[in-house]
Amino acid sequence: MDLFYMTAHELHAKLAAGEISARELCRAFLDRIVSVEDRLKAFITVTEEMALKQADEVDKRIAAGEELPPLAGIPIALKDNMCVEGIRTTCASKILFNFVPPYSATVVEKIKSAGMVIIGKTNMDEFAMGSSTENSGFQPTSNPWDTERVPGGSSGGSAVSVAAGETVLALGSDTGGSIRQPASLCGVVGMKPTYGAVSRYGLVAFASSLDQIGPFARDVDDCAQLLNIITGHDPLDSTSAPGEKTDYTAFLNSDIKGLKVGVPREYMGEGIDPGVRAVIEKALQVLSSLGADIEEATLPHSRYAIPVYYLIATAEASSNLARYDGVKYGLRDEEAQDIVDMYMKSRSRGFGTEVKRRIMLGTYALSAGYYDAYYLKALKARTLIKQDFDRAFDRFDVLVCPTSPGTAFRKGEKTDDPLQMYLSDITTISVNLAGIPGISVPAGFSGGLPVGMQIMGRPFAEGNLIRVAHAFEGSAGHRGKFPSLI
Amino acid sequence: MLTIAEVEHVALLSRLDLSLEEKKLYGDQLSKILEYAKMLDELDTGDVPPTAHVLPLKNVYREDRVGEHLPLEKAMQNAPERDGNFFKVPRIV
Amino acid sequence: MAQYETVIGLEVHVELKTNTKIFCPSGTGFGGDPNTHVCPVCLGLPGVLPVLNKKVLEYAIKVGLALNCGIAEFSKFDRKNYYYPDLPKNYQISQYDLPIAEHGHLDISVGENEKRVGITRVHMEEDAGKLVHQGNISSTPFSLVDYNRTGVPLVEIVSEPDMRTPEEARAYLEKMKAIIQYTGVSDCKMEEGSLRCDANISIRPVGSDKLGVKTEIKNMNSFKALQRALHYEIERQTEVLEEGGRIVQETRSWDEAKGITMSMRSKEQAHDYRYFPDPDLVPMVIDRQWVDSIKESLPELPDQRKARYISDYGLPEYDAAVITSTKELADYFEDCLKGYSNAKAVGNWVMGDLSRLLNAGGMDITQCRIRPAQLAEMLRLMDQGTISGKIAKAVFEDMFQTGHDPEEIVKEKGLVQISDQGEIAAVVDEVLAANPKVVDDFRAGKDKALGFLVGQVMKVTRGKANPDMVNKMLKERIK
Repeated sequence: MDLFYMTAHELHAKLAAGEISARELCRAFLDRIVSVEDRLKAFITVTEEMALKQADEVDKRIAAGEELPPLAGIPIALKDNMCVEGIRTTCASKILFNFVPPYSATVVEKIKSAGMVIIGKTNMDEFAMGSSTENSGFQPTSNPWDTERVPGGSSGGSAVSVAAGETVLALGSDTGGSIRQPASLCGVVGMKPTYGAVSRYGLVAFASSLDQIGPFARDVDDCAQLLNIITGHDPLDSTSAPGEKTDYTAFLNSDIKGLKVGVPREYMGEGIDPGVRAVIEKALQVLSSLGADIEEATLPHSRYAIPVYYLIATAEASSNLARYDGVKYGLRDEEAQDIVDMYMKSRSRGFGTEVKRRIMLGTYALSAGYYDAYYLKALKARTLIKQDFDRAFDRFDVLVCPTSPGTAFRKGEKTDDPLQMYLSDITTISVNLAGIPGISVPAGFSGGLPVGMQIMGRPFAEGNLIRVAHAFEGSAGHRGKFPSLI
Repeated sequence: MLTIAEVEHVALLSRLDLSLEEKKLYGDQLSKILEYAKMLDELDTGDVPPTAHVLPLKNVYREDRVGEHLPLEKAMQNAPERDGNFFKVPRIV
Repeated sequence: MAQYETVIGLEVHVELKTNTKIFCPSGTGFGGDPNTHVCPVCLGLPGVLPVLNKKVLEYAIKVGLALNCGIAEFSKFDRKNYYYPDLPKNYQISQYDLPIAEHGHLDISVGENEKRVGITRVHMEEDAGKLVHQGNISSTPFSLVDYNRTGVPLVEIVSEPDMRTPEEARAYLEKMKAIIQYTGVSDCKMEEGSLRCDANISIRPVGSDKLGVKTEIKNMNSFKALQRALHYEIERQTEVLEEGGRIVQETRSWDEAKGITMSMRSKEQAHDYRYFPDPDLVPMVIDRQWVDSIKESLPELPDQRKARYISDYGLPEYDAAVITSTKELADYFEDCLKGYSNAKAVGNWVMGDLSRLLNAGGMDITQCRIRPAQLAEMLRLMDQGTISGKIAKAVFEDMFQTGHDPEEIVKEKGLVQISDQGEIAAVVDEVLAANPKVVDDFRAGKDKALGFLVGQVMKVTRGKANPDMVNKMLKERIK
């Protein structure tokens, strides 16, 4: 098998056995990027120099006879909204086209000290606003399974980089499905951890109460390994959960006999593509055959999740994105004669259509006279949505549904109607509103395109999700299929 | 339906300079989305507390100890325009 | 002309004297080269997050308690959204509907009148950076921004509209400054901006209970400026109404040089701060035991100290009020008492010669060169008879100028009192012999004549003769 489709645990064995050096491994992935990138456009920046330097350090440690930590020397790509000191960080926005952070995100410090090799910064919907990576201020990214189609979003670049063998692992951020949906559409594993499980320090904010960083991986084992590295309390993030670190690999190879699985009927109703439904129904049979107890569940306030999400996320975003004003960093309109003019011109030139639309919506929702009707109302409805999940988890260990109602759609297919685009997020956004963890695992194919299954759990029950996903992955029988890019 | 004047007010609050076309487009789209959001009125939220945070965290503090400052060159490395130690901006009034 | 009543409320901003900023570990030191006391957080870089400095919360609670407020059981931070280049995130983290403290009061006295002014609320927020202009903000082609001050912790204290004259407003601000200085949470230096004050002012016909349209006055950098600006604004508003005009609700800036307030127009007329709970910060649930322990740690405040000076030291009420009006002066007074226990005598010197010399030099007590121990020593020299009261005044002035020890001055200038019987007797005899007529006058019952004779003795001894001995000796000899 090609090196670039191997998992991290397979590559770790090769590195530890001295079959390949970290530098050779890094070089192989850099070459792979060169050979496929013109068709995929998954990366905004490839950090070749830094990657090779980090790989060399790992090789030194191997040469010195040190025991190799699990992901040391393994290439990882980062969504371009995570700050890496000295490396351009753009959020795929023209307004940050030249921004070089003087500090690194907490997750970046963590993966660096784990010896991982940062291979590049990946494309995304501008400021993580979108579900197709078509809203990038620089370039659209293509789905490796069909380059006429979108990879999903907003972490489309990260999903594609893993799916197409440009890296082994990647990090994305998920505000309303931005890890799980592209993972589903690209046929890789993607997880949004519990809100607070991974530090947000250094993640450029979209919607602070919803954003969460999470892993992309080729399999559940790799996902658990990466989760081990990125989770944990961070004193620099007030919303970071306190408590001891968990070893998620302890949940691999566990059986799921007697596991209570709920299938929310609201997520299996109309709007789900029949091909997707067929794949999920088959996946449920697999779970059942493994001894899980499957029943219908209900989340009665599901239909309100979309307006609640769009009001809360845009309100927070309108404030989070106020700092892009041409004063301290980023794009500045040089013609403007006074400060207000400079703000307005710089922001209008720097932000794309979707970002502007959401800033407008969020500003409106917070403005005098509308706060109670929209924003406060949405915060209250959020409570009801969260209570739905609390009740469901009284009965069930996990909830399962299609990650996305459809497979990868054609580029340009949904961009004209923002509301239609927003509706495709229905199965993922409630998870962010409730703050619970969700994982998307490849469940099969429909029309030659990958379909993902989402497994949701109680807050901080990532281990449980790993356990179910791992058991399913081992029995689903669709593995070993890769996009035919060459 | 949002009026053009309302759209302009929101655009000013957002510090966005919109063309007439954009104003019309955003006015239309925002109106539709807000209309859709009206479905929340179906919910009786009289006794429901708002959820601003999903985690029940409280009292997260740091101690009053001085940390590292950014060296000046790093603090200013992204400045679109600078004058010595200062960030420079066009006239304010 | 109608009679108008003025209604004034003040918003006071106080910089807290913590080591680090409110939401990041950058230092708060005053001064420093521009943009050198900054970190990614206070620069508002993409991706950064705030974490509350616990000391700020403690200090804010302290301020609330010192102002007789109730301390919230649940409090949170909100974002106040507005664009200004001194605000790196273009929102200020502040508190909106659940401030840390509410419903307090502060007592002031103006002349004979005592008054209680309500405190609406005390809340925490972050300070903005500093803008530097070439010349004037409206004529300069560009401005420069320094973010050193960005994120320095502030408490904002909002009063009820309870004040009716500029003098009351001034007394309120002076009292506020004293109380906060006593708590030790701030330097309260108006000239350095660690104490700032905005005023809301309106006028209404006497007898009306409806508030008039108010203006907000900014940029008053001293107590005097506050008083002047408010007097000007009363006059201006009265004139507008008398001419049949309407007061426009607006922000006006005090121009100290011209002595007027001027409208601060901005492009954006309608302010809409779009407050919402800051999702990056978690709520504060205030532990009652902590509040109690902060309460116990509160030092004696001006009113308590004043009462103690009256009851324990027998100071006149006026003197007690003046001495306790700033913490420094009261501390100075008490430091003197450590070396000299007669509080009334210390009080007299502090209220008298010391205040006179400080005023003449435009100084405050912190700039005084006489150390408390030196003043105490001088008073002891008087008691021991080493120097007379008259000599003491000269010694005191010398100390004030040079900062030298009183003993040193007395020795150097030969000011030691003459208490030698023989030496004084010789001079007395000389004076009696030279003034036979005055001696006769005294014998005839003119008491004043004795004073003249004492004066003559003092003149000859250049003030050094012990006045008690001189008096006694003169009387004995004339009899």
